[in-house]
Amino acid sequence: MALLELHNVHAYYGNIHALKGISLTVEEGEIVTLIGANGAGKTTTLRVITMLLPPREGTVTLNGEDLSQYRTHEIVLKGVSMVPEGRGVFARLTVLENLELGAYTRDDKQAIAEDLERVFTLFPRLKERQGQAAGTLSGGEQQMLAIGRALMSRPKILLLDEPSMGLAPILVESIFDIIQEINRQGTTVLLVEQNALMALQIAHRGYVLRTGEIVLADTAENLRNNEMVQKTYLGME
Amino acid sequence: MQATTWRSTIKAGLLTGVIALYVALTGMVLSLSKRPVVDKLSLGHVVYMLVFVVMGYLTARRSSWRTTRPALVPVQGLVVGGIGAALLALLPVFGQQVDLSWIFVTTKPNLYKFLLFNQESMAVGVAYLVLTGAALGGIAALLPILPEVLHQGLLYGAGFTLLLGVLSDLAQRTVLKVVLKPLFAYKGLKPSGALILFVVLSVLFGLRHWWLQRQRERSTMEVILGERPAWARGVQQGLLLGFLLILPVWLLNKDAYLNSVVNLVNLYIIMGLGLNIVVGFAGLLDLGYVAFFAIGAYTVALMTSTGDLGHGYTFWQALPLAVILALVAGVVLGIPVLRMRGDYLAIVTLGFGEIIRILANSDWLKPFMGGALGVLDIPKPALGNLVLKEEYQLYYLILAGIFITWFIATRLYHSRVGRAWQALREDEDVAEAMGIHLVTTKLLAFGFGAAFSGLSGAIFAAKVGSVYPHTFNLIISINVLSLIIVGGIGSLPGVVVGALALVGLPELLREFSEYRMLFYGIALITMMLVKPEGFWPKKLNVYSRPQDDTGPATP
Repeated sequence: MALLELHNVHAYYGNIHALKGISLTVEEGEIVTLIGANGAGKTTTLRVITMLLPPREGTVTLNGEDLSQYRTHEIVLKGVSMVPEGRGVFARLTVLENLELGAYTRDDKQAIAEDLERVFTLFPRLKERQGQAAGTLSGGEQQMLAIGRALMSRPKILLLDEPSMGLAPILVESIFDIIQEINRQGTTVLLVEQNALMALQIAHRGYVLRTGEIVLADTAENLRNNEMVQKTYLGME
Repeated sequence: MQATTWRSTIKAGLLTGVIALYVALTGMVLSLSKRPVVDKLSLGHVVYMLVFVVMGYLTARRSSWRTTRPALVPVQGLVVGGIGAALLALLPVFGQQVDLSWIFVTTKPNLYKFLLFNQESMAVGVAYLVLTGAALGGIAALLPILPEVLHQGLLYGAGFTLLLGVLSDLAQRTVLKVVLKPLFAYKGLKPSGALILFVVLSVLFGLRHWWLQRQRERSTMEVILGERPAWARGVQQGLLLGFLLILPVWLLNKDAYLNSVVNLVNLYIIMGLGLNIVVGFAGLLDLGYVAFFAIGAYTVALMTSTGDLGHGYTFWQALPLAVILALVAGVVLGIPVLRMRGDYLAIVTLGFGEIIRILANSDWLKPFMGGALGVLDIPKPALGNLVLKEEYQLYYLILAGIFITWFIATRLYHSRVGRAWQALREDEDVAEAMGIHLVTTKLLAFGFGAAFSGLSGAIFAAKVGSVYPHTFNLIISINVLSLIIVGGIGSLPGVVVGALALVGLPELLREFSEYRMLFYGIALITMMLVKPEGFWPKKLNVYSRPQDDTGPATP
């Protein structure tokens, strides 16, 4: 059984049919990427998984359990943690306070302290800047903070929404290295990206989304070599 | 380059004239002319002259010549003040030919006489006015090109001298009166007194600026973080506490009016602390805050009144119920607005505030709540045999209220729910994705905020002795919100500063009360333009504190 499974999910913004019956699976231990252009429904898919936008039709299951019976704030208890698009750090709170809020649902102080150490090992920069207001960090540091904060809930699966957005290429590289590292340490990753080239380099499998529908699903390697993907998303002729 | 600078200078002058005309036409000049500040110079003079000063100063501050051609900067100020004054002079010149009073009711001959310094000849009066404007603009424009220490010293020195002059009756009654007395006339400052004060204050503020600058240059981490050692903070807090405790004995019991102003300010502080939880901590814009104040006040009124409507309970029995009822009302109001954000939330809460007032005013509830006639004969709170009937006794009751609410607000801020509020304020969706339960978190904010307001209302009812529905109008909500914004959203000391500035000052300057809304408007606009974070903002940690527990940070 897959860790996360979306089956024939339809979602709407008012009357706009944003997701037109998408199905996808993420197996335990995988990095799965969801690539596609602007407005393809990538972020919407993540909003559906976290029930910020409950699906009108279809099911979202985690380890076989239907997630639609839960509200957004309960989803994190089930082991799903999101790094929102545009990072969404709490700008006026300090780095440490942001990280602590990531562990908001937990009360085992010992384990939280361990996870904080783990985040600080992954992102030494955050340790240096733990007393600083998050809004004063650089873009890359904010992205690290958003990822670190999501890890603080000890998720089974980490949902990443465009972690490369607005970052310098060198920073994108190091963020993607860290995502791989997180995955090696045992966290499953669902990675939503416009930067298909980078995403397909670290992912095991990928889905290509176009206007609310999945048009391709394959291993990352096959997708990299797929002619349509190369033309449309990798900019190769 | 040169031409553009001159053009913008002339533009600033025209703007100055328009503002000065506006100030004159509101009638402020005349109605404030009865309060002398220094000798014959009244607050009325000060108000329109300040326009020239401020505009001259701002022009100089922004001038591109400030560094390149400093000698020309005062000339700019001169031009700005001169043009402004000349425009203002048009008012009496025209006004005496054509009757404008059917448009502007304030354009009376005595306004013209006042603006022309009571000169017989119009030409002389106009010349005086234009020269005054030009001189004030020029002098003000000198400040920014002076060395910083002089600039800051003179600026604050002049400002505080004026303030002392305006508040002369208050200043003369303080413990410093022995020192200050010779400087003051019966009302306002003596010219010599003003000069002495100005020099002394300028030197003091100059020294202060010099000291702060030196501190900044030495810039240890403690200075950057603005932290003082624990003992220094202890001493400071002790002194403040002592001051607050002896204030009535020392000053307030001799002046019932001042005392009632202070008590009013303090009641607003309690409300401000409450609304600060809702607006400042949790970022929920609530415009119906007066409703909970009314609920607290009516609860105490109806339970304790010795009149027909009352039920004969004591204040102390009524107080907890007032707070609880307000809290419940806060939660109940919270439920329908849970899904609303920003503007929508503001409108709905605004409606709720009106509903409570209209209910209290209604014929339907008249048998229970007294309708428009209100509830009278509310007894003063009693401690054993001691009835707190004097304002200075009530002062302590309100002060206790402030301490309690302050303590709770601080604790809440650093608690788990406080964190959740802040997360909510920053980003509702992300907060929810972190596992924060939006419903309980929001309702807690509304509940606590309302409870504080209920406490304030309960004491208010006992203090005033009667409550009427029309007391609880929208203006109170707006006052509380404005004082939070002016003080600095989310900051507890900011609430105090805001309450003093927006509630205390207008009460002390009774002539201002007519222009209170104008005053609020100006204060809010200036605030948003110049210091959007408020007078006493919550400090943002821009620098990281060196970590004491972990040793040197790993790169």
